[in-house]
Amino acid sequence: MSRVRAFGAFWWDFVVGDDWRAAAGVVLAIGVTAAIAAGGVAAWWFLPLAVAAILAVSLYRETHAAG
Amino acid sequence: MTAGFLFASAFLASAVEFVEALTIVLAAGITRGWRSALIGLAAATVTLAVIVVALGPALTLIPLSTLRLVVGALLLAFGLQWLRKAILRAGGYKPLHDEEAIFAREIAEARVAAVDERAGLDWYGFTLAFKGVLLEGLEVAFIVITFGSTQGNIGLAAAGAGTALVLVVIVGVLVRAPLARVPENTMKFTVGVMLTTFGIFWAAQGAGAHWPGDDASLPGVLAFVAVMSFGAVAVLRRQRLSAAAA
Repeated sequence: MSRVRAFGAFWWDFVVGDDWRAAAGVVLAIGVTAAIAAGGVAAWWFLPLAVAAILAVSLYRETHAAG
Repeated sequence: MTAGFLFASAFLASAVEFVEALTIVLAAGITRGWRSALIGLAAATVTLAVIVVALGPALTLIPLSTLRLVVGALLLAFGLQWLRKAILRAGGYKPLHDEEAIFAREIAEARVAAVDERAGLDWYGFTLAFKGVLLEGLEVAFIVITFGSTQGNIGLAAAGAGTALVLVVIVGVLVRAPLARVPENTMKFTVGVMLTTFGIFWAAQGAGAHWPGDDASLPGVLAFVAVMSFGAVAVLRRQRLSAAAA
């Protein structure tokens, strides 16, 4: 069981890393992009802006946590 | 244009990882003997090749829109990690990657590790080289498989990684020291920008969005991510200077 957990932890760290909120934000942003596209509206602009916001929040949290 | 990006991304990402793997193999070879280190290196390389050969063709069976959505999401999460760390390093909030310091630490640890001979190999030297190459190489395999399958050209992505491998091995054999003069931090920053760019592009496509001009908009996304990243570095540097002055 501990090997399975270690395997899972490795892949979690590999893809998600130390800021799970950023990864969750990416999933949410892709979902919103899909919803906009499904509504028949141009959706290409949303993801770049969302990524910029996710990165800004992640950097803010990191630099302010570091003091 | 996309083929050029594909090759350049695979080459740069692989070069960075291979430089890091070289440091570990050198430390293992110098302290624990070259035979065990080189067998560890070979075993890890074969394992990585098996992963790419097994997973690459399997991924091409998945419908392209689904593949782009999944790969785009993975690359975006993965690329943002690279980019975030690179911005924090460039902004002065994280120490720069230093191959010489890592090499010195690996050498010190390997010198004091107990001798454990298994299958005629120094087990510490073998596992150090094997794990180092496998872990650094997994990122290369991930990039080759995801980039290659999404663009329908695993061969070109593998060629980019292979070129980087050959170059690093040749320079490593000639220099016989960690490649500390390689601009690793700049390369990591560039790779972070490229991974995030491809992640945004493919994830949006996979989610059903249509880019204006299709592939022609990729340089625009790249420029956006680059400007955003340089802007973030500038803000962090100013923030750090203000904090130091206060």
